Amino acid sequence: MNFLQVVFILTSAVTLGAAVMVVTSHRMIRAALWLVLALFGVAILFALLQAGFFAVVQVVVYIGAIAILVIFAVMLTRHAMQDEGAQVNRGWWAAVLVALGTFAGLAFLLLNWAGIGSSLGELSADEARKLIPQMGQALVSADAYVLPFEVASVLLLAALIGAIYIAREKNPQV
Amino acid sequence: MIPTSWYLFVAAALFCLGLYGVLARKNAIAILMGVELMLNAVNINLIVFWRYWGAKEVAGPAFVIIVLAAAAAEVAVGLALIISAYRRRHTIAADEIDALKG
Repeated sequence: MNFLQVVFILTSAVTLGAAVMVVTSHRMIRAALWLVLALFGVAILFALLQAGFFAVVQVVVYIGAIAILVIFAVMLTRHAMQDEGAQVNRGWWAAVLVALGTFAGLAFLLLNWAGIGSSLGELSADEARKLIPQMGQALVSADAYVLPFEVASVLLLAALIGAIYIAREKNPQV
Repeated sequence: MIPTSWYLFVAAALFCLGLYGVLARKNAIAILMGVELMLNAVNINLIVFWRYWGAKEVAGPAFVIIVLAAAAAEVAVGLALIISAYRRRHTIAADEIDALKG
């Protein structure tokens, strides 16, 4: 077992442990902080996959924006649900069954997949560097992904305006 | 050399944890957090398969960018809806926000 494998095992153990805490923690603010740790673990996994760009994007977008938004929302709605009460639905055991069943199904599919025994070799530094220019060109070239890219920008704009409109304090006089 | 299957099993476990969170939690914000975990698991899978096929095509990374944009939009609108519901009804328990119930 080499060094990278040890790093992988530690990272994924921390990530999955943090994810367990996210879905089981009784206090929402703690769940949000565990979510930050889980997202950071995923960023390290991206780095291990030699996708350094996505590791950075993960930290900037997920931890920097999404997790902070979640923490703000938790603080704004702190008194809505008493942290001591039941945090799960009555049918939580059914959710456990569905999650375990999904995992069993995915594991079955993976174990029957032809590439299951493969390992990911190392990319050379050149190959790893080529990703960003290639992807940047693909996102704006007409025979690649310019349409999904533009649709995503319109989606973000619509979400921005929609979020402002929905969360705005309505003035009763107007 | 990390086996491909290790990444895939971690991603599958992360996805199922997120699925449990979405299905079982009462708090609407906790449900959104479960969705975030599921989207992250999907992103790991996309990057792993991009590497598995030799890191030549950019379809996987481009899809990850789109997933990130969709996740950001989803969180912004979702949290705005939750805060708006909290202002009007003083609850964010998903089973108590039932104004549309027939």
